[in-house]
Amino acid sequence: MKLTGAEILCESLTRLGVREIFGYPGGAILPVYDALGKSKLHHVLVRHEQGATHMADGYARASGGIGVAMATSGPGATNMVTGIATAMMDSSPVVCITGQVSSKVLGSDAFQEIDITGITMPITKHNVVVTKAEDVARTIREAFLIANSGRPGPVLVDITKDAQQASAEFNWEASAPKLPPKRVRSNHDQAEFDRAVEMLNTAKRPIILAGHGIMVSGAMRAFEQFVRAGNYPVAMTLLGIGCFPANDPLNLGMMGMHGEAWVNNAIQEADLLIAVGMRFDDRVTGDLRTYARSARKIHIEIDRAEINKNVPVDAALVGDAREVLERLTPHIKTSDHSAWVRHISELKGDSAVRDIQSLPDSGHLYAAHVINDLWKETRGEAIIVTDVGQHQMWEAQYYHHNQPRTLITSGGLGTMGFALPAAIGAKFAKPDSEVWVVVGDGGFQMTMSELATIVQEKINIKIAIINNGYLGMVRQWQEFFYDKRYVATPLVAPDFAALANAFGIRGERITKRAEVVPTIRSARESAETVLIDFRVEQEDSVYPMVAAGASLSDMIRRPNNPLVETATEP
Amino acid sequence: MQTLVAYVENKPGVLNRVSSLARRLAINIDSLTVGPTQNEEIARMTIVAHTDERGAHRLEASLEKLVDVLLAENISTRALLERDLALIKVSADQQNRPHLMELIKVFRARVVDVAPESLIIEVSGTVDKIDGLLEVLRPFGVLEMARTGRISMTRGGDLLQPPPAPAESPEAVESKAK
Repeated sequence: MKLTGAEILCESLTRLGVREIFGYPGGAILPVYDALGKSKLHHVLVRHEQGATHMADGYARASGGIGVAMATSGPGATNMVTGIATAMMDSSPVVCITGQVSSKVLGSDAFQEIDITGITMPITKHNVVVTKAEDVARTIREAFLIANSGRPGPVLVDITKDAQQASAEFNWEASAPKLPPKRVRSNHDQAEFDRAVEMLNTAKRPIILAGHGIMVSGAMRAFEQFVRAGNYPVAMTLLGIGCFPANDPLNLGMMGMHGEAWVNNAIQEADLLIAVGMRFDDRVTGDLRTYARSARKIHIEIDRAEINKNVPVDAALVGDAREVLERLTPHIKTSDHSAWVRHISELKGDSAVRDIQSLPDSGHLYAAHVINDLWKETRGEAIIVTDVGQHQMWEAQYYHHNQPRTLITSGGLGTMGFALPAAIGAKFAKPDSEVWVVVGDGGFQMTMSELATIVQEKINIKIAIINNGYLGMVRQWQEFFYDKRYVATPLVAPDFAALANAFGIRGERITKRAEVVPTIRSARESAETVLIDFRVEQEDSVYPMVAAGASLSDMIRRPNNPLVETATEP
Repeated sequence: MQTLVAYVENKPGVLNRVSSLARRLAINIDSLTVGPTQNEEIARMTIVAHTDERGAHRLEASLEKLVDVLLAENISTRALLERDLALIKVSADQQNRPHLMELIKVFRARVVDVAPESLIIEVSGTVDKIDGLLEVLRPFGVLEMARTGRISMTRGGDLLQPPPAPAESPEAVESKAK
C-alpha cells in the first residue's frame, strides 16, 4: 500500500496506541496535519508549544505510557526545548515530532529552519532527522521503543517536509525497529549481590530511599514486599511520592531540602541506606561531605551512569528495580527493626507542635491549610499536578498520596509553568480521575494561556492558585540569605477569577480559612473546570529547610511564633 | 589520563554525540581517533581523556547510554598496545642531513619525502617514543607536524569486540518496552 510520509506517520502512531497528540501546526508540518484530519487521532491544539511538551509529559507521567507532542519547524521546535528538558531530567517518555524544511534546502537558513536535533542533543535520550518517507514508520517505532525502555526519556523525531509529502510503500511488518545491537551487561554481579544481602541482614538502623524509578519500573508490589520483609522505614524523594502509601506506618515522608526533620535526622543516624530508583540529587543529600556518614549504602538503579556519581556506594545493583527487589526479598533474614522505627518516631519530637496545622487560627489563610483541606476533601485520591516553588513543597508535605502516579511535578529541572499544561495532559490520560492543579501566582502566569485549551477541549480540571503576591520560594531565599532584600520577587497579578471568567471558566477568590472547604466542595461538584484564587499569607516560608549546600543535619526550623501579619490585598 | 575504546554506528552525527557528551561532563579529550572496523557499519574509537577513574566510569557508562554507541569500555588498567603515528617535516640541509638520518635510524622512523630544504619523517609507536624523537628533532627546526592521536588494543586473548546482533526479534523487544 502506497501512502505519503505524513499518512504513514499517522498510521504508525495509531498502531502504536496513540490517541491524543498535543501540538501546534505550522508550514513545515502541514502535510502531517492534513493527514491527521483524516485519521482517528485526536489533536489537542495548545496555545504555546511548551504547553504541548508539558501536556505530553503529564500524559506520560499519569498513564505510564508515552505522550506525543507535535510542532512545526523553527520557533515551533525551539519552543519545545523547556518541555523536553523537563521530561529528560525526570525520565519521562515523551516523543516529540517536529516538521523540518525540505531536505533540498537543509542547511541553507531557509524560512523557519533550525537545527533542532543539534539543539536538543543534550536534552533528549535520542533524536533523529527523517528525510525519506520510507524511513518514517521504522523511525517512529524506534522512537517509541527508546523513549519507554530502560531509563525512559524524551525522543525527538524531526521530519522534513518532502519526507512528509513523498509516497512510499507502507508495510508495518517490514518496518520493525532496527536499533544497533547493544552490549548486554550482566545486571547482577554475584559478589556485589551477596555483599548487599550481607548488609541488609546485619544492619541495625536501615532506611530506604525510595525514588521515581520504583514507579517507572512498575515495582510497587515488589517494593512493598521488600519493605515488609525487612520492616524498613521508607523515606521518599519528591518524585518517589506515591510509590508507597503515605498512610503506612513505615512511610516517613519526604526527605531532603524540605523534607521533614525526623526523616533527615534518621538518614543521618542510619547505618544502612537502601537507595531504590533514585539518584542522590543535591536537593536530597545536602552537603555530600556530611551526608549519612555512618551508613553503608546499597544502590538499586537501572542507569549505570548514576552509580557513584554523587555518593560512593558499597554495593551497586544495576538493573530494573522490580527485578532486583524480587531477587533480593527472599534473602532477607532480619526483619525486626522495631527499636529503630520507634527511635525515628521519637525524633519527631516537637515537630507536630511546630506544625502550622497545630497553630491557633489567626484568621489568616495559610497555603498549608489550603492543601491540607484539599487532601481531606479529596480523601487523598485526586491526581495533583503542581508547579514549582513553595506550593510544590507544601503539597509534598501536606497532601498525602497513597497511590502511584497521583503526584505529577517537575522535580529535576524545576520548570515553572509546568502545572497547568501537565494537568491537561494528565486529564487526557486519566479522564475519569479528579485532577487538581496546585500552582503559584508566578508559575501560573507563565502558561495561563492554556486556559483556552481547557475550554476548547471542554475538559474538567480544578485549578488552585496559591497566591501570595510573591515569587515565594525566591522571596524565602531572599529572607533567609539576602537579608530580606526582596529584589524582583513582589509580583503583580491579574484578578485570576475575572481572568478565568474571560476564558469562560468559573473563578473564585478565597481569603479566609472558613471559605476553603465549602469552595473546594462546590468546585468538586461542578462538571466543569473551576479556578480558585487562594489569597494566602504573603511572607510564609517552607519549613524545615536545609540551605543549599548545607548539611542535612543543619535544618532551619519553623520559628515558634510564625504568624506574621502581612496578608493584605496586593 | 584514561583510555576508552568505543564501538559506534558508522554514520553522520555520532562523533558529535560522543564529543558533546564529554563536553557536558566537563571532561577534556586529549585525543580521539575514529576509523572503520572490519564491519563497515561499525566504527571504532579510541578516546584518551584527561580525567580520573571515576570520571572515566561516568564517561563510559554515559557513552553506552547513547543509542548509537554499541559498547564503551575503559581499558586503562589492562595490558595494552598503544600506537600513535606522526608525520614530521623538519628542515634539513646538506650539512646536517647525515646527522638527521642517524637519529631517524635510532628511532626506527623513516623518511617518506625528501626535498632540497626539508625531510618528512614518518614515525609510529608509543606517545613517549614520538615525543622523544620530536625532542631531538627540535634543534634542526620542526616546520610542520601531524599526529593521529592514540589507537589502543588490549593484548592477547583479551578481546574487545562489538556485540553481536540480538537473538531476540525486534517485535519482542518492542512489546517488552510497553
